[in-house]
Amino acid sequence: MDWELISSSLWPLLRGALTGTIPLTLASFALGLALALVVALMRLSRVSVVSGIARVYVSVIRGTPLLVQLFVIFYGLPSVGVTIDPWPSAIIAFSANVGGYAAEIIRAAIQSVPKGQWEAAHMIGMSNRLALRRIILPQAARVSVPPLSNTFISLVKDTSLASLVLVTELFRKAQEIATASGEFMTLYVEAAVIYWVICLFLSSGQSVLERRLDRYVAH
Amino acid sequence: MSLTDPTHPSVPADGAPLLRVAGLRKSFGDNEVLKSIDLEVQRGQVVALIGPSGSGKTTVLRSLNGLETPDAGRVTVGTDLDLDFAKPLGRRQVGQLRDRSAMVFQHYNLFPHMTVLENVIEGPLRVQKRRRAEAVAEAERLLDRVGLADKRDSYPFQLSGGQQQRVGIVRALALRPQVLLFDEPTSALDPELVGDVLTVIKELSDEGWTMVIVTHELAFAREVADEVVFMDQGVVVERGAPAVVLGAPEQERTRQFVRRLLHPF
Repeated sequence: MDWELISSSLWPLLRGALTGTIPLTLASFALGLALALVVALMRLSRVSVVSGIARVYVSVIRGTPLLVQLFVIFYGLPSVGVTIDPWPSAIIAFSANVGGYAAEIIRAAIQSVPKGQWEAAHMIGMSNRLALRRIILPQAARVSVPPLSNTFISLVKDTSLASLVLVTELFRKAQEIATASGEFMTLYVEAAVIYWVICLFLSSGQSVLERRLDRYVAH
Repeated sequence: MSLTDPTHPSVPADGAPLLRVAGLRKSFGDNEVLKSIDLEVQRGQVVALIGPSGSGKTTVLRSLNGLETPDAGRVTVGTDLDLDFAKPLGRRQVGQLRDRSAMVFQHYNLFPHMTVLENVIEGPLRVQKRRRAEAVAEAERLLDRVGLADKRDSYPFQLSGGQQQRVGIVRALALRPQVLLFDEPTSALDPELVGDVLTVIKELSDEGWTMVIVTHELAFAREVADEVVFMDQGVVVERGAPAVVLGAPEQERTRQFVRRLLHPF
């Protein structure tokens, strides 16, 4: 192990995480989640065209590799006259991906709330929209935290693919330093450890959130 | 203090029924669950709907809160709401029906992520746009009246079934409805908890609330109801004073049903 190289490369890699991996993850997850809620509600729509569109969207996202989606957006679209910069390309691909996976999680969570909750909400005079916001989604949130946390943690690691569309993030930094120094093993293991530490933090955040949302259920 | 004084509907001079149901029909697929049901409830009257499961009594009740949409028939409440189910109902009309009626569910259906107080004030606050201080004061008064003042900050899972159902009743009362609907309010309760809930319902009837109660508690129906309506297979078989329908029914089907409930084996 080349400790000198590890200590000299640590800051550049961390900066890659702080300015690349983490903002890319947060932006993509926030946008993806908003998209997922819309897609989930579309899937639950009684209008078959609307639910059909959502179904096809989820099917395409889940049925094609993320790397291929990313390449279509960054390398494919310019040949039909649409050129998108690295960062926006990555955010579009990742949030579209989160949107597809999280939509199914949110749909299932909404459907797991007992029918009697909708009825009680309607009984007190609520519209569907108000019932969803005040009664159904808060209960669905509790159910969906564990699977959404999985999606979030996967996303952290998937952002390493952005290195292939020229986004300077943690993994691309590691590649650059590895190529220059020839120390591939050291740099790639160092990058792996940093990803792991980020995910450890996220896992503990998940536990805190779950405990908070569990305060109104019997144990 | 009365359970209900500021909200209590006053008796009108004309004596017309507060609630009138005429020709209510409903099918689920090929299964005709309501075959033209008629019902009249006077202001301050308590009507008990009894009958075997599948008789359609719960469907009638749910129709009165817009939770079920009949295929045909009329429901009128007071003089200002007249719904014809043969025509498609607008969202506004369903809303008007829900303004006038409030339901107590068999399985309580309290909102598990809200405290007792939040459960009670949710409708007054978010739907009826009443002032928070006023809604809270009224909720506290109602909770106190059913003996649950000290539970205002508890979550539903911390309460017994009987306590949850009393919160369910308070949640309905807080909406200030004209008609209270009870869907087998004690069927999910352990036997020793039934009494507390029935006592509250009895007090409400004594105070003049208009109520429609679907129940299997025949002794209770006999005590609180002004009229008992026996339904079977989607039709009203017999109706009348509790002493008659439950004590000396005219129809054979009613006799069999009452006998089976009073002497299960």
